[in-house]
Formats: sequence, C-alpha cells, structure tokens
Amino acid sequence: MNAADVAAAVLWTGVVAYAVFGGADFGAGFWDLVAGGDTRGERPRALIDRAIGPVWEANHVWLVFCLVMLWTAFPPAFVAVMTTLTVPLSLAVVGIVLRGAGFAFRKASVAIGRRRVFGASFAISSLLTPFAMGTVAGGIASGRVPVGNAAGSRWTSWINPTSVLGGALAVAVCAYLAAVLLVGDARRLHDADLEEYFARRAVVSGAVTGVVALVGIAVLAADARRVFDGLTGRALPLVVLSAACGGWTLVAVARRRRAPALSTRVTAALAVAAVVAAWGVAQYPDVLVGSLSLDQAAAPKVTLTWLVAIAAVAVIVLVPSFALLYTLLQRDALDDAATSH
Amino acid sequence: MFALSDLLPAREQMALTLGVHIILVPFGVALPVIVLLAHYRGLRRGDEVAMLLARRWSKVMAVLFAVGAVTGTVLSFEMGLLWPGLFDRFGAVIGIPFAIEGLAFFTEAIFVGVYLYGWKRMHPWAHFASGVPIVVAGVVGSFAVVSANGWMNHPSGFSLDAQGRVVGIDPMAAMFNRATLYEVPHMLLASYMVAGFVVASVYAVGMLRGRRDRYHRLAFGLAFGVAALAAPLQVVVGDVAARGVFRDQPSKFAAMELTTVTGPDQAMHLGGVLVGGRVVGAISLPGLDSLLVGFDRSTVITGLDRIPADERAPANIVHLAFQVMVAIGTALVALSAWFGWSWWRRRRIPSSRWFLRAAALAGAASVVALEAGWITTEVGRQPWIAYRVLRTRDAVTAAGGVWVSYLVIVVLYTALVVGTIAVLRSMARRWRLEEGAQERTGDRPDPEPVVAP
Ligand code: HDD
Ligand code: HEM
Ligand code: HEM
Repeated sequence: MNAADVAAAVLWTGVVAYAVFGGADFGAGFWDLVAGGDTRGERPRALIDRAIGPVWEANHVWLVFCLVMLWTAFPPAFVAVMTTLTVPLSLAVVGIVLRGAGFAFRKASVAIGRRRVFGASFAISSLLTPFAMGTVAGGIASGRVPVGNAAGSRWTSWINPTSVLGGALAVAVCAYLAAVLLVGDARRLHDADLEEYFARRAVVSGAVTGVVALVGIAVLAADARRVFDGLTGRALPLVVLSAACGGWTLVAVARRRRAPALSTRVTAALAVAAVVAAWGVAQYPDVLVGSLSLDQAAAPKVTLTWLVAIAAVAVIVLVPSFALLYTLLQRDALDDAATSH
Repeated sequence: MFALSDLLPAREQMALTLGVHIILVPFGVALPVIVLLAHYRGLRRGDEVAMLLARRWSKVMAVLFAVGAVTGTVLSFEMGLLWPGLFDRFGAVIGIPFAIEGLAFFTEAIFVGVYLYGWKRMHPWAHFASGVPIVVAGVVGSFAVVSANGWMNHPSGFSLDAQGRVVGIDPMAAMFNRATLYEVPHMLLASYMVAGFVVASVYAVGMLRGRRDRYHRLAFGLAFGVAALAAPLQVVVGDVAARGVFRDQPSKFAAMELTTVTGPDQAMHLGGVLVGGRVVGAISLPGLDSLLVGFDRSTVITGLDRIPADERAPANIVHLAFQVMVAIGTALVALSAWFGWSWWRRRRIPSSRWFLRAAALAGAASVVALEAGWITTEVGRQPWIAYRVLRTRDAVTAAGGVWVSYLVIVVLYTALVVGTIAVLRSMARRWRLEEGAQERTGDRPDPEPVVAP
C-alpha cells in the first residue's frame, strides 16, 4: 500500500458512503414520486419527509467529499471524468439543485399548489440524479473515459450498454434501499399500514433490482470486460456478499419477519456497500479503466499525506457527530413537528 | 476552437453561480450567531420574545442553508465542468483547503440537522449547544474556501521547473498565502455585516410601518448590533487588503484606482471612467492615493502603462466595483456610529425615521458591497485565473456546449431565487397572521425596554 492506495481507499469509502446514504435519500424521493395524488400520497410522503428531513444535507455532503478527494488526490482523473462526462454530470447538477431546493421549499410551504410544484421538483430529480450518476459510473467502468480535457466522446461515453445498466441499477437500488429503511421507520412509529405499504414496495423493487443485476452480468461480460473479470475474480467475495445480503433482506421483508428491525436495514445497506466496493476492487489499480492507473494519476506525496491526515481528523470529528445525529433520529428526538408549521 | 468560444459563457456561468452562492454564505456563516444570541437570551432570561425570534430565524436558516448547499455543490462541479485546466495543473497544490472545507461542511450539515430539528424534544441547553459547532464550522469553512481564492490571487507553495511543470509543492504554504491573511477576515466580517444588516432591515421596515413593539425592537437591536460591530473593523481590514493588492497585484491595483501612468504622487479618483486611456469625469484628490497606500506622497504606483495590453483587467468595471464597495462600507460605518451613539447615551435604537429608512436600505447595500468586492477581486485578476501563472482561457473546458449549460443555469437559478423569495415571504406572512391572532387574544409578552443584546 503506497500513499496513492491509501488516498484511493479514502476516496472509495466516500463513494460507498454516498451510494448508501445518498442512495437511500434519492430512493425516498423516488417513492415520493410514485406515491400518487395529494390524498393518497399524503401519509407516505409525511413519513418520507420525516425520515430524510434532518439528514439529507449531511448525506449529500458525501458527494462534495468525493469530488474534492478526486480533484486533490488524482487531478488528471478528475479532469478526464468531468470533461468527457460533462453531459450526464450537468444533468446530475440540475437534479441536485431541483431536489435540494424542492425539498426545502416544500417543507417551508403550506399552500397546496406550491407544495405540489416543489414536491414534483424534488421527486422527479430524485430519479434524474441517480440515473445520471449511474451512467457516469458505467462510462468509467467500461473504459470510455480517456485521459485529457474532453478527450472522450461526449455522447457514447454515457449512452452505452454499461451506462444504461448503471443508470437503471442505480435507480432500482436506491428505491429498494429506501423502501427497506422506510419499513423500519414505519415500524418505529407503530404505523402498521405504512409498514405494509413500504414492505410491498420493498419486495417489488428488490425483485426488480435482482433482475437488473442478473441482466447486468451479461452486459458487463460483453461491454466492460476488465471490470467483469475483476468482479468474477478478485472481487467475487464482495459480489457474493452483496447478493447474499440483498437476497436475505428481500426474503426477510417478504415474509414480514418483524423480528429484528435493525437487521434488514443493515443488510440492505451492506448489499449496496458491498457491490460498490466490489466495483472499486475490480477496477483496481486503474482509476480510468484501461488508460490511467492510480499511481500515474496521483498527486505528489506531500499532498496525499495531508489529505489522509485530514481524513483522519474527519473520522475523529465526524464519526461521533454522525452517531449523535442518527441516535437522536432513532430516538425521535429530532421531530420536526415544531418546525413544520 | 471550442475552447475559445466557450470562455465567455463559462465565465458568465461562474460569475452567476458564485454571485448567487455568495449571498447565501453569510446566512450559513453569520446568521447562526445571531440566532444563538437570541436563543441564549431566551434561555438565560426566560425571554419568550427572544425564544420566538430564535425559533423563527432558525426556520429561515433552514431554507437558506438548503439553497446554500445546492448552489455550493454546483460550484464544486463547476471546478471540473468549467475549469479543468486549473485543477489539472494545480489540483495537488490547492486541494487541501477544499478538503478542510469539506470537513467543515460535514460538521455544519450534521449539526444543522440536529439544531433545526431539535427544538421540541431535546434538552434546552443541549439543543443550544448543538448550534455552536455550526458557528465554528462556518468560520473554518470560510477560511478554507477563501484561502483557495487567496491562492488564485497570490499563487504560492510550489515552483515551476524549466518545462513549466509544477514541482516542490507545499500545500501549507499555498493555503497560508499572503492574500489569505486579509481576504479571510474581510470575508468573515462581510458575512457578519450582511447577515446582520439584512435581518435588521426587515424589522426596520416593520418599525417604519408602525410595528414598534418589543419583538421588532429586540430583533432589530440584536441583528443591527452584530453588524454595527463588524462595520468599522471591516474598513480597517479593507485598508490592509488594498495595501496587499498594491504590493502583490499591481495590475489589479492600477485598475481599481484607474492609475494610468506609473509614478509617485498619484491622485485618488472618485468616480470617473477610462476612455481611450484617459480618466474622465472623476473628482481627483491629488497625491491621496500614494499617501494612503504608502503613507507618503512619493510612493510610486504602477500604472496601466506598465501592464502589457494583454494582461490588463477591464479597468472600468473594477474601478466602479471597488468604489461602490468603499462608499457603502463608509456609509455603513456612519450608520453604525449613529446607532452606537444612541445606544451608548440612551440605551435605545435611534427613533428618527431617517435612521430607520437608512437601516432599511442597509441590508441591500451590504449585499451590493459584498458582490462589488468579489467583482473587484475576480474581474480585477483577469486575464489570469491564477495570477501570473495560468490564464483563464487556458483553464477552460474543451467539452463544448457551455452556452447550453449556461442557459440552463440561468433558468434554473432564476427559479431558485424566485422560489426562495416566495417561500420566505410566505413564511413572514404566516408569522404576521399568527401575531395578529396573539395580539387579539392578548397572550403576548408585555413590552419592556430592550437591554443590550
Ligand atoms: C459587506 C461587504 C464589504 C464591505 C463593506 C467592504 N468590503 Fe472589501 N470586499 C468584500 C466585502 C466588503 C468581499 C467579501 O466581497 C471581498 C472580495 C474578496 C475578499 O476577500 O473580500 C472584498 C475585497 C476587497 C478588496 C480586494 C482584495 C483582493 O482582490 O485581494 C479590497 C482592496 C477591499 N475589499 C477593500 C475594502 C475597503 C477599503 C473597504 C472600506 C470601506 C471595504 N473593502 C468594504
Ligand atoms: C464566493 C464569492 C465569489 C464571487 C462572488 C466570485 C465572483 C466571480 C466573478 C464575478 C467571476 C468572473 C470574472 C470574469 O468573468 O471576469 C469569477 C471567476 C472565477 N472565480 Fe470567483 N468569485 C468568488 C469566489 C471564488 C472562489 C472562493 C474561488 C475558488 C476557490 C473562485 C474561483 C473562480 C474561478 C475558477 C473563476 C473563473 C475564471 C475567471 O473568470 O477568473 N471564485 N468569480
Ligand atoms: C467566499 C467564498 C465562499 C464562502 C465563504 C463559502 C462558504 C460556504 C458556507 C459557509 C457554506 C455552508 C452554509 C450553507 O449551506 O449555506 C457553503 C456551502 C457550500 N459551498 Fe461555499 N463558500 C464560498 C464559495 C464556494 C466555492 C468557490 C465553492 C466551490 C468550490 C463552494 C462550495 C460549497 C459547497 C459544495 C457547499 C455545500 C456544502 C453542503 O452540502 O452543505 N463554496 N459555502
């Protein structure tokens, strides 16, 4: 392990965290989107609001963290990704603006018409952003991002089989993860109806995710050989772990196993974390598959050392802070009833 | 080919997105302090009015935080979407402050989640304490981003070898560059001024409309007090900044002061524009510029004549922006002095309607000063993105299509600004209705004289 590997591990931890925490957040937005009209959708939407209100900003900083890590530790990779994949990244930006603002504005509004407009902006962009991010992942994984300022194709870099797979998988995974988490939230509030409501959706989205993942194997084999070889070789244990966790969660939710509420949430998150980690392991030691290795892209050692030092401080500061936030949330100490009127 | 034609929209997009983000920054950095002051007072003295203010302001903060977070995220993307050339060459040099900024944002976002949602169920003092890390993170975050900007003005912490490659990187030297030393305090003070004056101006309008109850007086006093403390310090720091620019960025300084010919005994120009290389329409104060910058009329100031034509910033914009900032800064000090005098002598807000009218304008004026300051800094640095080491045109993306993204951003940000204003106004309307209801039922706390915040 040299300094570049350590920095890459830190960066990838950020990517995994964003996939899990940001993903759950986006997924909640997806369920908001499909919750139906004002009356029918009112209760699920209220639960969604309550679940992500206090955490969405923190969840979302993971993305900023990843960007900063990438441009500081591996500048040429940052440049290549941002310039070749400009179109989907710009779409993601649009989605992020509409989403954050829509959510906050809806929360602060009472007029029903206005709430509808802001809510729609939040919900639609919850679909757009993960899809766009998924296509970006696909572009990188299939080796379509060469080194340089916009050296790759502006279109085929993200409109290709692996990217479409990435986009679809991102949306499905987010929805699945969020549904599982919302089952737990509903249970905590002793709302049996909503628990059932989200359990049904968790099962459907879990099944869809499974199907997409199976199709994905074929797509990767044909279109992203390097990563496919990695996933079926070195990263196989992680892939198996992910499939096992995902499958177990699905079965547990489907059988309405009420027992350990926490465990399905943990296994669902683990399923997502493991598959993203597997992608990283599979393409190691390349940052840009087939054209740039970590070592070639890495910043000088001083910079990496400082970066890792800051990451260490971050762990010391942020782990207790996050623990506090999520503990308060689980204990219902962060009830926004006081702030919503 | 693409690169050249994309420079203009890329700059416009950067200016728009930064210009919007920077207005939100004071409400992430300094508004928490004002909220916590009210909150502290409410807890300490059982002051219900102060508590109500803290709770309402924190709701405003929630909305502005969210908009600040999304616009900030856009900026992070733009570093790559628009200016890959900067990070390609210097990412390893100036990345560290951004990493610190990221850490600060995390802390901020976590405790914002706790503070904004903790009103009801948390222990009152524990809840108050959860607001403190927000303030600390605001200071650290501002330091970090602004030091990155300071680096662009005064690139340091690296050297270039014979092939122009970046070597000998020292991230700490880059972060603590000479411009950081004055830009950071200047931006922090600007944040306190903007948040204070903007909040105060809302209540000044209310008082002008006859709502002079304790709620309005307390709100005004707290917010205006914070801003009035920052205003005089800001002028001092601004003066240090001007001397720093004189020392390190002669081309910017020449543009700021419309100095055309190098030499001693330079006049200060109030107003005026540069037409065909000559200053017209200015009030000239002979020798003052040299005197201010070097404490001596014989101080030599570099003029535009010594700056190669392709290294000159658009002087008129920079000069105008600089003068607007200084004029507003001076006026706000005067207004703060008026307030301070009245407070010192009589422990109350000046009762003159003229004071309130001026205070009602101070909010907008401080925002204009903030924008003008950034225009001075950023436009004044042109054509360099990093002063004398990288030209803006060499840093721009080659991806093409920036016109499209610029247009999308214009539409999106228009909607964002309109939405923010609409949401804030409807919140204010709702509170006024609540108040009317309370007044009728008479459960409003008794008016009493406001004591120093
Ligand atoms: C409320 C806002 C505000 C007020 C009242 C002032 N400024 Fe300012 N100024 C800013 C807000 C600002 C800023 C936050 O917008 C800038 C942009 C970059 C920076 O560091 O601060 C700035 C930049 C800036 C610069 C350029 C620094 C550079 O390019 O490196 C100078 C020379 C001054 N200021 C000088 C002054 C003086 C002499 C003032 C006194 C009257 C003054 N400013 C009041
Ligand atoms: C937040 C307050 C800021 C404002 C309002 C601001 C304003 C501006 C403006 C008006 C421009 C356009 C200049 C022109 O077109 O001539 C610009 C350019 C730019 N600024 Fe700033 N700026 C701010 C801070 C920063 C910071 C902190 C950074 C980086 C760390 C930064 C990086 C840039 C870059 C990369 C450009 C584009 C290149 C250029 O045109 O110089 N700015 N900014
Ligand atoms: C003078 C310049 C700037 C200052 C003082 C500043 C300060 C802040 C502060 C205090 C916040 C958090 C408060 C809030 O959400 O409203 C924030 C948000 C943010 N800023 Fe800026 N900023 C500046 C310019 C920039 C620039 C140039 C960038 C991009 C490189 C940037 C990136 C961000 C990001 C990513 C966030 C969102 C963090 C989150 O998700 O919570 N900022 N900024």
